[in-house]
Amino acid sequence: MSLKTINCSPVFMPYMPKEYLDLINKGPFGKEMKLSQVGSVKELLEEHPMCEGCAMAYFIRMTLIAIPTPEHSVIVGTAGCGRLSLSQAAIPFVYGNYCDTNGVATGIKRGLALRFPEQHKDVIVMAGDGGLADIGFSQVMHSWFRKEKFATIMLDNEVYGNTGGQESGMTRKGEVVKMAPVGKQFEKIDMLSLARASGVAYIARLTITNPARIVNTIRKAILVAREIGPTYVQAYTSCNIEYTIPPEKVMDDARRVEQERYSFVEEMSDAAREYLEKVHNIK
Amino acid sequence: MLNTEKQSLGDKNGKTVASYRVLPGPEGLLPPAAACCGITLPLEGEGLVEGIIRSEQDTIEEMARQLLTRRNPTIFPGPLVLWAWKDGVTVKADCIMELANEIPGVRIIPMPDYRPIYPKIDPEAVINPCHPNLTIAHNKIEVCVFIGVHCHFANITLKMIRAGTNCYTITLCNEAGHEDSMASLPFCGTDKVEALTNAVRKLKAGGLRPYHADTPGIQLTVAQKAVAAGLKNGN
Repeated sequence: MSLKTINCSPVFMPYMPKEYLDLINKGPFGKEMKLSQVGSVKELLEEHPMCEGCAMAYFIRMTLIAIPTPEHSVIVGTAGCGRLSLSQAAIPFVYGNYCDTNGVATGIKRGLALRFPEQHKDVIVMAGDGGLADIGFSQVMHSWFRKEKFATIMLDNEVYGNTGGQESGMTRKGEVVKMAPVGKQFEKIDMLSLARASGVAYIARLTITNPARIVNTIRKAILVAREIGPTYVQAYTSCNIEYTIPPEKVMDDARRVEQERYSFVEEMSDAAREYLEKVHNIK
Repeated sequence: MLNTEKQSLGDKNGKTVASYRVLPGPEGLLPPAAACCGITLPLEGEGLVEGIIRSEQDTIEEMARQLLTRRNPTIFPGPLVLWAWKDGVTVKADCIMELANEIPGVRIIPMPDYRPIYPKIDPEAVINPCHPNLTIAHNKIEVCVFIGVHCHFANITLKMIRAGTNCYTITLCNEAGHEDSMASLPFCGTDKVEALTNAVRKLKAGGLRPYHADTPGIQLTVAQKAVAAGLKNGN
């Protein structure tokens, strides 16, 4: 949680694994990483055990590139596929219970603000649709009502992929998944409207089709959450296992879904817009 | 008598001690936490050897003996000493290297952090608290020192090692010590690391022939040699 934590004691340098030496020498710490640098710098996430063709793993990789100050950031997650890679990233990861990620994030954010009043510490909740819209729904809503200053990013794969394919609140009506054989009986939860009604300062919906858009959107969400208020990003990250999408077709599926029903949405409050323009020169 | 039988005995100082002994394993899957078997932590000025509270000096001497006489001694520095995250860390790191330099054939394999490493770990490059037994078994380590590891991760690591390997675990703990290691020194600052170094020197000067007497100095693993040679990976 500071640049000091990535300074190796000099006597131990000859024994450090290659990956950590790369993080020290070529990592994103202490500098804002650009998407164009991918391939020439050490990323926060190198290996992960997620499925071949996983859209979520790709989105998480882009998200980690977008974090403005990884040395001052904490990610909070919960059970689900996403934490398999998030917990292996070179950034503090807190594993909340399956219902309280936004409550845990609230405590961490407030604690860090008290402990480090001179330094922005970014807290980022990143969890699946089950963790945020179903089981963690109450805590998500209340963190928004309280205007807690952290970003909430939903990895929306529209199913409980980690446990074999049960329908979630974000599954579309009528969708048949492996453990919901009669098809879902009610509509996908409209989390964007709920965020809007709750006064969330920055709201975005996107898919994985445009990496630059992912990086820009996530960065804005994190920056707005620093000063203005809660932010929410909802990303379509298909589960190619449960929806039987061949790995090489995952991006095609994302493009199709984006065209049909998951177009890019970005809304922000006037205060958020002014803050991004004046303080960070982002339009 | 089984290790897990709970029975109280008296030690030479008249203190009540548990009958359970914290010995090198393999003890089998899911060994009990030593604390649940009646093993208590030492106080300042004391140490813990195989579950029995001993004087600090006795503990240090036993640690030195084990480090010199067992196969493939290895030091596992944890994040609290690997990363110079506050003043004084590099001084302690220097002390640890001084100790390492006195143990013939010793290796240094770091535990840089605690994040899980899947799908594959390089056991010659790193030890990970999610599966420390892989590093111990691969490198045939029969005595090791943990230092600078946060206590809660050290505890689970020590239990896994006791469960699945025959490694003698030594903990140089900055806090209250660890019941689950075979030898533990609490409140271990630079002075106690230096005392251990001196104990190793004394034993050698007294004629004890180290297990790896013919391999002086710190040994790099294959992975570490590869990194030193500028290669990407050890295997």
